[in-house]
Amino acid sequence: MLLEFEKPIVELETKLADMKQLALDSGVDVSDAVAKLEEKIETLKTETYRNLTRWQRVQLSRHVDRPYTFDYIHEITDEFIEIHGDRGVADDKAMVGGFGRIGQETFMFIGQQKGRNTKERQERRFGMPNPEGYRKALRLMRMAEKFNKPIVCLIDTPGAYPGLEAEERGQGEAIARNLKEMFSLKVPVICIVIGEGASGGALGIAIGDRVMMLENTWYSVISPESCSSILWRSWEFKEQAAEALKLTAEDMQSFGLVDKIIPEPLGGAHTDLKAMSKILKEEILSTVQELSAMSESDRIIQRIDKFSDMGVVVE
Amino acid sequence: MSWFQRTDKGIKTSTKDKMDAPEGLWYKTPSGSIIHMRELKANAYVCPEDGYHVRIGSKEYFEILFDNNEFKELDASLSSGDPLNFVDSKPYPKRLKKVQEKTKLVDACRTAVGKMNQLEVVVACMDFSFIGGSMGSVVGEKISRAIDHALKHKIPFIMISKSGGARMMEAGYSLMQMAKTSAKLHLLSEAKVPYVSYLTDPTTGGVTASYAMLGDFNISEPGALIGFAGPRVIRETIGRDLPEGFQSAEFVLEHGFLDFIVDRRHVKSKLSSLLKMLK
Repeated sequence: MLLEFEKPIVELETKLADMKQLALDSGVDVSDAVAKLEEKIETLKTETYRNLTRWQRVQLSRHVDRPYTFDYIHEITDEFIEIHGDRGVADDKAMVGGFGRIGQETFMFIGQQKGRNTKERQERRFGMPNPEGYRKALRLMRMAEKFNKPIVCLIDTPGAYPGLEAEERGQGEAIARNLKEMFSLKVPVICIVIGEGASGGALGIAIGDRVMMLENTWYSVISPESCSSILWRSWEFKEQAAEALKLTAEDMQSFGLVDKIIPEPLGGAHTDLKAMSKILKEEILSTVQELSAMSESDRIIQRIDKFSDMGVVVE
Repeated sequence: MSWFQRTDKGIKTSTKDKMDAPEGLWYKTPSGSIIHMRELKANAYVCPEDGYHVRIGSKEYFEILFDNNEFKELDASLSSGDPLNFVDSKPYPKRLKKVQEKTKLVDACRTAVGKMNQLEVVVACMDFSFIGGSMGSVVGEKISRAIDHALKHKIPFIMISKSGGARMMEAGYSLMQMAKTSAKLHLLSEAKVPYVSYLTDPTTGGVTASYAMLGDFNISEPGALIGFAGPRVIRETIGRDLPEGFQSAEFVLEHGFLDFIVDRRHVKSKLSSLLKMLK
């Protein structure tokens, strides 16, 4: 499945592949034409991805081929052991986590997980955790703290699950508790939005010493569709809602609400998982190193101060 | 033959010309009880006949909680900016101005310090009449400063929530108010200063998923709607009707997320007793 703005690029790429094949089959030298076409593709790509609208970024963040939490964990770590369950009610498959080793260092990875096929999507509720998910995440964070391992949260959710059981078991309380408890974690906490960062469902694992966003992701209080349905009373104004919400990585960084933008390969993370994972891994390693140089109390004070400063008011 | 002949069908008055109903002398509860406003006021806005808790705002809650309605308001003039230049059907600053004129409020939360049965308390109270009690930067900042005040003077903090959730017009900034207020509550908790979260009808969305659920004591009023997702969204998700009483204070108490439900007429004495026990 291709997005509208991906189509012209893929068309040219197909043409290029055909041309190369033809040259191979016929033995005719087409290197000039190939070089020209390659240049054209590069220009088109650069132009397209430099001028993406906010809504197009949202589309990229939800691309069917977009890498999910486990894709990155498996690429980044040399060894990973998944840990299940909240020790209370269930194991929420929309929220996953476990210890991962990179070289000699161990990290706690936690993140929302979406599914690749229909069955898995249902099982993981499209990456929308239940309260058990948030409680499992908190359990893993406390475990990381106990064994003095840094925490990496990968955020990718259309929101916390709005279901009957979720309400019965205290969805609001589960998220609220995480927000408060994450301010007391003694180990370094890095949070990275890798896809969708919708509202409290995202924030529930996103209180970090460093909060970063991949280039083609969004993070806001509500999805453009829901915002459209509430403020415009129709689902049709999602593009406008996306513009109004200013929900891209660039927007969020300019407001000082996230610390950093992590660049994606040209064309988006899904076009080159290996390259994206390499960038992500380097970012995680260097950030943890930087944070580890600080004292526990300094990290906590800085974390609290950072979020306390967020907001625009008129005195 | 009727006495009056309607010539045109439908309502002709345009929405902008519609008048808000003036505050009447009489109030009718959903069950049909009719009560005089003076009597309602004397009963903490609870109908004596059927116990219905009328939705009220910060003015009334301050009146109910503070001795002789005496209190010092904190950060009264703090108002919203428009960091996103947000425009939906109208620009956000215009919407704010209109609501401010209509409600005579500056934003959706007021904070004050005063005495409740001689016990000093900091009270923050949300106003639902101001854009659905939505939480933007001002609400977050006022609550944060109120907590700072409680922390500095070691005074118990009472938060009266009444909100549809975060304010969309401040998008990312609104979301981060959940984090900010939770950070402050963490500090209050570390200092062992009591925090009572008083959830009133309705408390939903980002407010439920942050400070409203973080009380040492989470208390509510009979029949109040409390939830994370709104009932309509849940109904659409699960594709069937919701059971009766779903997301009511009684339901939330039953599932273990409230400490107790209290009749508004007794909330002042019960909270005073509780906080005095902790001294």
